Formats: sequence, structure tokens, C-alpha cells
Amino acid sequence: MIGMSSKSKTSSETVETTSRPAERGTAVIEVRDIGKRYGNIIALSDVSTSVRAGEVTCVLGDNGAGKSTFIKILAGAHEHSDGELLIDGTALSLSSPRAALELGIATVYQDLAVVPLMPVWRNFFLGSEITKGAGPLRKLDVEAMKRISKAELAAMGIDLRDVEQPIGTLSGGERQCVAIARAVYFGARVLILDEPTAALGVKQSGVVLKYIAKARDRGLGVVFITHNPHHAYPVGDRFMLLRRGKSMGDFPKSEMTLEELTAMMAGGAELESLAHELEKEMGADSEVAQAMKAEVK
Amino acid sequence: MATATVGDERIARTSTLTKIMKRPEVGALAAAIVIFVFFAVTTDAFATASGASTWLRQASTIGIMAVAVALLMIGGEFDLSAGAITGFSGLVVGVLTTEYGVNIWAAIFVSLALCILIGAINGILVMRTGLPSFIVTLGTFFVLQGIDLAGTKSLIGQVAIQGMSNVPYYDQAKKLFGSSLDINGSAPGGAIYASVFWWIGLTAIATWVLLRTRTGNWIFAVGGQQTAARQIGVPVFKTKVGLFMTTAGAGWLVGMLLLFTTSTVQSNTGVGQEFIYIICAVVGGCLMTGGYGSAIGAALGALIYGMVSQGIVYSGWDNNWLKAFLGVMLLGAVLLNEWVRKRAETAR
Repeated sequence: MIGMSSKSKTSSETVETTSRPAERGTAVIEVRDIGKRYGNIIALSDVSTSVRAGEVTCVLGDNGAGKSTFIKILAGAHEHSDGELLIDGTALSLSSPRAALELGIATVYQDLAVVPLMPVWRNFFLGSEITKGAGPLRKLDVEAMKRISKAELAAMGIDLRDVEQPIGTLSGGERQCVAIARAVYFGARVLILDEPTAALGVKQSGVVLKYIAKARDRGLGVVFITHNPHHAYPVGDRFMLLRRGKSMGDFPKSEMTLEELTAMMAGGAELESLAHELEKEMGADSEVAQAMKAEVK
Repeated sequence: MATATVGDERIARTSTLTKIMKRPEVGALAAAIVIFVFFAVTTDAFATASGASTWLRQASTIGIMAVAVALLMIGGEFDLSAGAITGFSGLVVGVLTTEYGVNIWAAIFVSLALCILIGAINGILVMRTGLPSFIVTLGTFFVLQGIDLAGTKSLIGQVAIQGMSNVPYYDQAKKLFGSSLDINGSAPGGAIYASVFWWIGLTAIATWVLLRTRTGNWIFAVGGQQTAARQIGVPVFKTKVGLFMTTAGAGWLVGMLLLFTTSTVQSNTGVGQEFIYIICAVVGGCLMTGGYGSAIGAALGALIYGMVSQGIVYSGWDNNWLKAFLGVMLLGAVLLNEWVRKRAETAR
């Protein structure tokens, strides 16, 4: 996912983040009525939203709502078939993950892309190692990589005692954060996080949300994919809801309360009719129906 | 950034000893020392120059292969054709020179090219089909075994190369692959064979590559978590095919070393050795599942093999006990490695 400028980053250790994020609030990515068809199957249609520097755009939806299709378009894994994708104001189509990376769009997948048995610093620089020397004697600049990975992780608020420890010894949340820090260091302007909290416990999720906020504060645009409105609301600036491949709207935080968001996510009206149906089927005093009713209210 | 320091006051200064104890090859090192001392004390011939010359030579050819196989195993693959290819490479040179009068150096390079090609085929088949390398290389193993026997027989009418030392320029090649350095003065025995130097040199290079180059980083990554490595931009295909080619190239080298040390090669040379390479690599700390291991460890594993196989002879025991010993070593090493891996993977 990284390595866009690995060729230019060779001998010197003055490697720094290649591009600084754009000014806060400017739209880096804009999608207008975007859609994706696979043959005659419409996986996604009429989705519009924007990703701004220094803001978190949350993409919410249940399983099968089209979230993964949407991020695949942004990450360059699939090209869109309808609508417009604007990056820095230019309409284009991302043909490969590498093309997305070159534009500073980095994706952190759910399975994290880390190698558990390798030390943290080796994981951090995997695929974009810093080397020194030339020819057959070109070797890894171990000192620089250890130092930089430690510093970069510290800047994200992850304080590791020893970057030499295998990354498998870190908790799920910490590993997620290493992946984020890595993307940030290698020049990402937009971070796409695919359900980063899905497999985590409450406390770990909190840790990841903290780092999402941290990345946002560093001026990155963040696309945060989740199905949990309670995770999305505290960090999100903008919410785009998907259901069955269609957008249910794109709302700034000012137009949305957590209750509304939860209700929309749960599918408000649909849920209510389901509660009625259950009541009819199982009798009004069935426990499930009661619980359902209480939930809807 | 200002807080960037390599040291950290929260970790106690780790002594060099503790650092060594964490290396994957430490078990093999301890075992090698124990075995050396055991045979040195219980037999007369073991710790003499001529004794050492014998077991070092035996360890060296096994060791070269074990180091290459260790790299491949760290990269997450196996090569069961690694034994048969050592015979194949020697036979190619033998047949081409003795039967067809090809220049010896040309024959050596043809053999190298063929071996590398076989390695590439192994690698490409594994990567393209997604089949386990165990199955793919089992296939090439049988194919090579067939070619070694039937091919040689049909070309030269027998199953062993003869008259190798009469081939023009044989001495040149022997100097490179089959000569020995006498360190025992005028006393008989005690020669260090060229293979021992090749072994040490290759182990050093492999260690350097593994720990200090990008390629080494990629080998650990493709063996540890292939999908992750691919997602992050590691050239998985190139790395793995390269590893298969390296193993086949090592097979070529060992074939040359055997051919020019003994001046003959037989059709069944190397068959059955492939598991010994794997055992040496595992004894040296390689995980069966890939992503962890060491080249020095594999070299030490081969040293253990050489010392035990010769020590058993000096002790006057039935040398079939070697097999039983290897089995016990393998099981012990696998258990130890698994324990190390679990410790490395779980949070402290």
C-alpha cells in the first residue's frame, strides 16, 4: 500500500513525508453521483460526498450496503462506471491502488497488512526500506529506520518501549495504529480506514478513534468506514449512509444528532414494521417482540 | 520528533548474552557444542585434524543446501527436488564432457543454466497455480530422478560417470570445486576441502542478505504473511521465484563440489537428501510455517549432522542410528521452534 516514492528514497535518511496535507477544509476528494456496475448488477449508485483535509468522513452502512464497493473505488481497486470522481478538483478514474497511492490516498485494510513475526520497525518500512551504500553492498539503514519509526509512532501518540519487538506482540488497536502511522509517514493526504474498529473491544476501539482524531488534527482527510454509529459520531465531521447500494444522504455533523444517525442506520421505519410483524407472528408478549418494540421507541 | 531517541530509559540495557539468547539459532549452537564435546571425549579420532576434515566435508555439502533451503523455508516454501538436483547438475557436466567432448567450462555453465531454469519452473508453477510447493516440487523431484536414471542410461549406457579426470581442463575446475588445503603438514589427513570454504562463504552471504538487505526483509515478509506483503508493495512473485532459483543454484554448486571432489557422480546422487536439508534448517530454527529462521542456524544444523554421522562411525555403532537421531532432533527442534514462535506472537 505504500512505497510510492521508494525509488527516490534511497541513500539519504532525510526522507520526510513527501507531501504535506492541503489546507484544512479544502476538498481533496469529491464524488458526484458515483456508481459501479458489474455487468447487469448494480452494486452502487448515486453516491455523493466529499473528503476534506482535516476532516473525517464516515461511511456507514450494514453488511452488503456497498461500503466495500465504495472504498474500492476510492482506493483504486475498482474503477467506477457512473458519475464523477474528483481529486483536487480534477475528474479522473483510479486504475490501480498504486495510482491512488501516488495521489496520496492510502488504504488501511481490516487485515492490516502487517507481518506478525517481524519487528515493528521492519513492518513500518516494509516495501519502502531505507538503504545506504551502493551496488551489492547496499544495505538497510537499520539505525535510521528504528529511529524514524519510533518517532513517527510517538507523533501519533503510540509510545513503544522497543521497536524491535515483533509486531504480533502488540494489541489489535496498536497494530491498527502502526498501520495508520505508516500510511501517514509515507505521504498520505487521505486515509481510508476499512472497519478499523470492527474486530476490537470497547477499549481498543477507543484507542483507534483517538488516533483517527490525531490523524485528522495533523490535517489528513480521513474516510472512516464502519457500521457502528457510536464509533462514527464522536470523530466524524460528515456522515454518508449507504443502504443496499444506494446513498441515503450525505450529512454534515451540524445536521445530524447521534439519535438520528442511529435510527437511520438501524433503518427506522423498516425496523418498526419488523417489530409489528414479529408481534403478529409470535404474540404481543413474546420477549423478542417486546425487545424489538422497545428498541424502536 | 524532538523526543526521538533510540534508547529508552524503560528498557534495561540488554546484555549481549540476552540478545544472543533471543536468536533463532541459539538452540542449534548449544546442541552443536554438546555433540562436539561428547564425541571428542568418547572417541579418539573425532577431535583430530583428520577426523575434523571428514566431518567438516560431510557437513559442508549438506550445509550449502541447508542454508539455501532455510532461505526458502523462511520465505514460506519447500523444495523436495533440492536433493535430486545435486545429482542432475553433476550428471549434465559428466555426460556433456565425457560423452560429447564439450568444453568443461561450457558444460559447467550449461548445467548452471539448466538448474536455474528448473528452479524458475518450480517457482513459477508454485506461484501461478497456487498449489503447495510440497506437491509441485515432489513432482519435479520425481521427474529429475527419472531423468537422472533413465536419461543417463540411455545416453551413456551406464548409471555413473567415468573417466571424468581425463577431460581436458579438468584440473582447472577441480581447483575451484574439488581441491583441498592441507593444514596438517606432512601427516596424512587433515585437509580442508574447497566445499568447506564455499559453505562458510555462502552462509555469511545468506546471513547478510537476510538481515541487512531489502531482499531479506521481503523474504521474511512473504513467508510470514504473504497477503500483507503483497498489499504493502513487496514483489512477492519475484522474491519467491528468486528463492527457488537460489535453491536450485545451490544444488548446482553442490553437484559441482561432489563431482570434482570425487571425480565421479552417480544417477542416484542426492536422492533422499532433501529431507535432511529441511531437518538441518528446522534444527537451525526455521519454522515449518515460514517467516522465521536463520542461515547460520541451518549451517549449524548441517554441522550437527556431519558431526553425528561421523561420530557414530568413530564410536563403532551401527550407523543406521543416525536416522533415529535425526528424527529425535527434528521433533525436538520443531517443538522448541513452536514455543519460540508462540512467545514472539503473543502480547507480553
